Amino acid sequence: MCLAVPGKIVEISDDGMVRMAKLDFGGIQKQVCLAYLPDAVVGDYAIVHVGFAISRIDEASAQETLRHFRELGLLEEELGEIPDDEYAPPPPCPVTYQ
Amino acid sequence: MDEWACPLPLRDYPTVVLGHGGGGQLSAELVEHLFRPALGGDDPPPLTDSTVLTLPGTRIACSTDSFVVKPLVFPGGSIGTLAVHGTVNDLAMSGATPLYLTAGFILEEGLPMATLARIVSDMGRAAREAGVRIVTGDTKVVERGKGDGVYINTAGIGVVAANVDIAPRRAQVGDVVLLSGTIGDHGMAIMSLREGLEFDTTIQSDSAALHTMVAALLAAAPDVHVMRDPTRGGVASSLNEIAQDAQVGIQIHEERVPVRQEVRSACELLGLDPLFVANEGKMLAIVPAAQADAALAAMRAHRLGGNAAIIGEVVADHPGMLVERTTIGARRVITMQIGEQLPRIC
Amino acid sequence: MKYLTEFRDGAIAQKLAAEIRQMTTRHWAIMEVCGGQTHSIMRNGIDQLLPSEIELIHGPGCPVCVTPLEMIDKALAIAALPNVIFCSFGDMLRVPGSDRDLFRVKSEGGDVRVVYSPLDAVQLAVQHPTKQVVFFGIGFETTAPANAMAVHLAKKQGLTNFSMLVSHVLVPPAIDAIMRSPTNRVQAFLAAGHVNSVMGFWQYPPLASQHRVPIVITGFEPLDVLEGIRRCVRQLEAGEHEVENAYERVVTFDGNRAAQALLEEVFAESDRAWRGIGVIPRSGWKLSDAYADYDAENRFDVSDIHTHESPECRSGEVLQGAIKPTDCPAFGKQCTPRTPFGATMVSSEGACAAYFNYGRVVQLERVRVRVHA
Repeated sequence: MCLAVPGKIVEISDDGMVRMAKLDFGGIQKQVCLAYLPDAVVGDYAIVHVGFAISRIDEASAQETLRHFRELGLLEEELGEIPDDEYAPPPPCPVTYQ
Repeated sequence: MDEWACPLPLRDYPTVVLGHGGGGQLSAELVEHLFRPALGGDDPPPLTDSTVLTLPGTRIACSTDSFVVKPLVFPGGSIGTLAVHGTVNDLAMSGATPLYLTAGFILEEGLPMATLARIVSDMGRAAREAGVRIVTGDTKVVERGKGDGVYINTAGIGVVAANVDIAPRRAQVGDVVLLSGTIGDHGMAIMSLREGLEFDTTIQSDSAALHTMVAALLAAAPDVHVMRDPTRGGVASSLNEIAQDAQVGIQIHEERVPVRQEVRSACELLGLDPLFVANEGKMLAIVPAAQADAALAAMRAHRLGGNAAIIGEVVADHPGMLVERTTIGARRVITMQIGEQLPRIC
Repeated sequence: MKYLTEFRDGAIAQKLAAEIRQMTTRHWAIMEVCGGQTHSIMRNGIDQLLPSEIELIHGPGCPVCVTPLEMIDKALAIAALPNVIFCSFGDMLRVPGSDRDLFRVKSEGGDVRVVYSPLDAVQLAVQHPTKQVVFFGIGFETTAPANAMAVHLAKKQGLTNFSMLVSHVLVPPAIDAIMRSPTNRVQAFLAAGHVNSVMGFWQYPPLASQHRVPIVITGFEPLDVLEGIRRCVRQLEAGEHEVENAYERVVTFDGNRAAQALLEEVFAESDRAWRGIGVIPRSGWKLSDAYADYDAENRFDVSDIHTHESPECRSGEVLQGAIKPTDCPAFGKQCTPRTPFGATMVSSEGACAAYFNYGRVVQLERVRVRVHA
């Protein structure tokens, strides 16, 4: 429903009407409305949807999630569970044919 | 436009007027003072209504293409460069050596003369760089509001060596799919200039003539089966068409398809898939596996092919369809788009 | 892109999928409410990594899919008016109304423009003072703050030539309606992380406990979706029904207070019709009384447009997981992506379109046999 992408705040401005910011999205810079992140500062990452920053990205949580994913690898070795042939094509969509 | 000084008597006309297409003095002046110097080589031909050409060999390739683009001038080129590169590339993809182009202009009344001059000087430069000659042309002017400044049609003629046989139907199971470089550059360059989609970052179009790369490729891998320049509709549409024409399956691998970082980011932002975005200086080649390495090396050695990659293979499964292996090891079917890709929110 | 690419790692995706395979002992039906997650599932083939016992049901969280036909017809009528510049997100242009779409209106002379942000539409109103600029304000809670700000700024600038055709819908009432349906098959929900980034998730615990259904908030990248599914399965296997936040880097319990404050001011709760589903009480927002002047439905007389949906289109049942797209008699015959009856076939992420495209791989004959059976 809602395509939103992470960008880094590189510059904050105010066009007299509303708080705006320039964000960098992996090499593309674009003006974004920052009205909903009153505490955001340059260097913060935010999620942007239709030209609005709607949420700050908490870097510590992001690292924590990635660490949790990496730990899955260790867990898997303990269980000795290796995925089958990773290219064995399962049914392309969950349709059942009886 | 800095280097262009408006020649007399065009100076009296800062914009195109209907009379420039009227076949009278104004038309003659436009040809004489603008088109001929810009489009001609060292020895400008008279740009008449028809030209007699001498062609070496007997196999002739012929192509025509019309160009409509907004904006007329964009980072990395203009409608003028596209008009040359587009037709040169269409000829090159059939294995031909492009020799001659024709140029038909439909101008809108009120088009700034300076813009027109910029466009035709781009055309002339692109033609000289590509080693093709623009040998005949035509100009019409339509009323203001009836055209987007300028439309250009170019037709091209080239010759094909006797041993070359390149056609979509020749794709066969076991062949590999090569791509000459990053995708989506042109389409995103244009998209990012649209009202409301502006970025503070410039994306350059990849507009370029590919026939010298084709020559190098054919020298290294004489058995090339299919070549295609994935313009409108992008790589996805071209590969779908080839799969359907040859009734073979084509499989590509997501992580092998080169995309420039800023193009990828722009696509992420707007919800577009780079596989469907237009290119104007890239080619796909489908070659027998035995010649794949030689073909790749030839592409990479060319100045336009530094990012060339083997992106997939022709398979016996799913004939007529394009399937992508995604980064997580699953498969997705890539169908033809029904219309133009639009920025999406969901 | 930082915070995007890391969450697409193929090796970790395989491990998460292995983990899910290991813990699954029986059939579970999990609904991803959000069209963005549906898109990610289809785009990356996430469903193919899952054990066959896990069934993903693609929910009604695609604003394109659930905007009622009547609202599309109103949009078409307004867009066709002379002197109107009609602005919309790109998604809506191909959605069929009763007899045409916005592309058709554009080809017939209507001034229809695709914008990236509703603020672009406000800008157009400033640049074209003699034109009426109308923005098609669709979307869920994620898009609502942007639309609210556009109306708010138009009012602040005293613009009299800007209005919005509002069709906002909300996730919690939809979850509630799905769980109350007698034909419901959904056993757990993936909640839409970007909706929760705005709204927080304080509305969700009552839903989870009342319907005894696990709700896991997650993001949109392959690893986020897989982790969401993993946590749903863990809860289902353990017989739990909690609200979990698997998207902690973006979502907090409270959500975005500044956005919620403006939503409170600009919008008011209302009953909303959902395409294919019907009216769900208090499931949407309309402009509040303070902003009623900016409501395009008031500004342009479209009150006499009443449309009934095609009885042949069963997208509502598809959106609620009651039937599969292939169970619809029109599927793949009268109704295809080129000639769509309903939005689930228009939107490339719509469940019907996804099944249509994938069905081409898994031998349509077999699907057809099943339809006739």
